[in-house]
Amino acid sequence: MENNNQVQKPETMRLEMESYSHNEQFARVVTAVFLSRLDPTLEEMEDVKTAVSEAVTNAVIHGYEGGEGKIILEATLEDSAVTICIRDNGVGIADIHKAMEPLYTSKPSNERSGMGFSFMEAFMDSVTVESEPGKGTTVTMKKKIGR
Amino acid sequence: MKVDHTEMSYQSEVRTLTVHLPSEVDHHTSKNLREQSEQFLDTFDIQRIVFDFSDTDFMDSSGIGILLGRYKRMKQAGGDVVVCGVNERINRILKMSGIYQIIPQMELKYQ
Repeated sequence: MENNNQVQKPETMRLEMESYSHNEQFARVVTAVFLSRLDPTLEEMEDVKTAVSEAVTNAVIHGYEGGEGKIILEATLEDSAVTICIRDNGVGIADIHKAMEPLYTSKPSNERSGMGFSFMEAFMDSVTVESEPGKGTTVTMKKKIGR
Repeated sequence: MKVDHTEMSYQSEVRTLTVHLPSEVDHHTSKNLREQSEQFLDTFDIQRIVFDFSDTDFMDSSGIGILLGRYKRMKQAGGDVVVCGVNERINRILKMSGIYQIIPQMELKYQ
């Protein structure tokens, strides 16, 4: 039987958008349409959408602190896995380890739950964060589809 | 049909504020939710907030932050917060967050 959870050749897409909060949904929708080529289950689709939403929201709220800037979303489908990279050129993170601690938030007054990175880690197979103060943040996440 | 905004209604006989959430609850769609609900809480004697997820099929951690914020305020006032109309996906998110320890599910009593 043909394996639908696989692409013949690696495919890449790149989306550059403003750091407006309405682009959180836009990023989710674009990722979902691209990911559909791997014929994911509804659950896999929702997992990836949630992880993308978390990372883009972080770029909007923390990276650019509500101000303007560009967010770049890149995704690659290779064999039966998706790799998603979300990058901003914002303020960066001084202590990545602390930022990734469950329930930690630098903005408690904004009613942030501090669960963003925990959700990304729960829904994707791997999450890598690269960041430097003043130089922005890059979050790279991978997930195998159709295991 | 997609519901893209939050609707709130207050039932005085049960001192309950019902928050009908939009189809997608994220940082963008929940921006005005806090101010909107604070207005109700400042105006009425509210003992319970019901978050109705009947029309919701997506929520990320921003929604958890909103629920926690309302819970803290209601706890101070001696009231509580419940959720209803939760589908499988939303249930998974709520479970994962651990929020059911403080905000239980309630069955829908109206249609």
